Amino acid sequence: MSTVPTRAPARAHRTTEPEPPAERRHRERQWPAYVFLTPWMTGAAVLTLVPMAVSLYLSFTDYNLFDPPQWVGLRNYQEMLTEDPRFWRSVGTTLLYVVVAVPLKLLLALGAALLLRSLGRGRAFYRSAFYAPSLLGASMSIALVWRALFNDGGSVSQVLSAVGIDVGGWVGDPDLAVFVVVLLTVWQFGAPMVIFLAGLQQISPDLYEAAALDGAGRWRQFVSVTVPMLSPVVFFNLVLEMIQSFQVFTPAFAVSGGDGGPADSTMFYTLYLYERGFTASHMGYAAAMAWLLLIVIGVITLILFRTSRSWVFYADTEGR
Amino acid sequence: MNLTTKRWLPHTIAVVGLLVLLYPLAWLLATSLKPADEVVTSLDLWPSHLEWSNYATAMDGVSGVTVTRLLGNTLLIAGGAVVGNVLSCSLAAYAFARLRFRMSKVMFAFMVATLMLPHHVVLIPQYIIFNRLGMVDTYWPLILPKFLATEAFFVFLIVQFMRGLPRELEESARIDGCGAFRTYWTITLPLSRPALITTAIFTFIWTWNDFFTQMIYLFAPEKFTITLALRSFVDESSTSAYGPMFAMSVISVLPIVLFFFVFQRYLVQGMATSGLKG
Repeated sequence: MSTVPTRAPARAHRTTEPEPPAERRHRERQWPAYVFLTPWMTGAAVLTLVPMAVSLYLSFTDYNLFDPPQWVGLRNYQEMLTEDPRFWRSVGTTLLYVVVAVPLKLLLALGAALLLRSLGRGRAFYRSAFYAPSLLGASMSIALVWRALFNDGGSVSQVLSAVGIDVGGWVGDPDLAVFVVVLLTVWQFGAPMVIFLAGLQQISPDLYEAAALDGAGRWRQFVSVTVPMLSPVVFFNLVLEMIQSFQVFTPAFAVSGGDGGPADSTMFYTLYLYERGFTASHMGYAAAMAWLLLIVIGVITLILFRTSRSWVFYADTEGR
Repeated sequence: MNLTTKRWLPHTIAVVGLLVLLYPLAWLLATSLKPADEVVTSLDLWPSHLEWSNYATAMDGVSGVTVTRLLGNTLLIAGGAVVGNVLSCSLAAYAFARLRFRMSKVMFAFMVATLMLPHHVVLIPQYIIFNRLGMVDTYWPLILPKFLATEAFFVFLIVQFMRGLPRELEESARIDGCGAFRTYWTITLPLSRPALITTAIFTFIWTWNDFFTQMIYLFAPEKFTITLALRSFVDESSTSAYGPMFAMSVISVLPIVLFFFVFQRYLVQGMATSGLKG
């Protein structure tokens, strides 16, 4: 407490100091920062930057981890894009998954957040309960549960055949297996829901009052107040979920029985990358796949950022 | 009448949603206690009698390694990861949030960019490095990176939290002659407790749930984690093994469920702030 009054004079005194000592002081203040940053900088260099460069190099080589890498130029990329139907199958499966799962998950998350906002009592309880699957969903245990639930004779096929839909087990059906992973992802809508709910609670009640005074009904209020005010959060969730979805692995591994089956229908991109790199020891090919994934995610993120200018509303920059 | 519907409709939807959402978990618990012949025959969740022997079988573990050992291994990795992340991420975060240094903007931008970096692009070279160091089939590749703040998500989370702290305390400590390290250790770190707890819990849960990294780095069964042991059930198609398999599943998610009940406030808060300040 007693230190507070001494602060202002000390500052006033410092600003009157001549230039050279101030510069020296500035340099003195720098070295602790680098000490604090040493672990992070080491990790960024040794485990991120250098590996990125090395994997780019490896993507132009033939490499099996034991013999020295052999330079093959664009051979890996060429094989991938023109001669490997399994690669394209994995791209198709992953894109289908991302395009279906991400919007479904976000819509459900938004719906649930709106629902929770309208609940008075019990909101905190439901928020926690709806969030719980997001913590468990990434585990092998839960993936195994979903595999069993959607297996032939599992709960889902029993319920469906009871209402007259006989599709049998989804897990063994090449057309349906990927949707088991989709549903497992959608089941984890709690995480984006929590973010949506926090965003909803930050919207000022004044805006709704003003809209109501202008005669806006509930739907109009939703379209003209909630949607624009929430659009930055929607954008954030969209980018985050998109990036995560491209990298889905554990549920794909479990649902496919570890090999992308049946008929490669659950051969997700990361699963195929793992198979080529670690099972078949084509590390160069896997590195090329990894770089292509990075480029695709980068390009999609860029496109989302570009289009966001036309649909994301930032109250800070566009005036209140 | 209309008013009552308006009040009860959201609650009804919430209850129904909750039941659908929790069904897989109830099914997991029920199946882990079912006798072998009841697993598929009925939709009835409730077992005719509780088959505790499933748990006894599960405790024997996989390929001669007991579940106690598997849990111990997993706990060791998760514990190491928690200590590593809390220490290294808070150190980096303090520099980003409070200290001035050359290239700070570039470094911060790089850190944020790595949030979006798919892990696969560094995976193979990292594997080569750990292989050269003779660390494959040890826990080092799973723990060491955490001591180097490689999980940008947590650095970012703590930076955001520290930026929200009032500067007055730190400044007065500075004027009293406290160096950057003492200020960090005695003032900023204790004030950042909520963010550190969030980091610790998420690190624990994510490491506990991790499968991919554990699978590529660990080979000896006695070093296996609970997730790797469960993996051997993946190609299991006969439903007769369901009881013990899902008993082991229940055991493996139990710590997460426990963490959830104790720390749900931090988890939900951490998730909420990560999105809003970003």
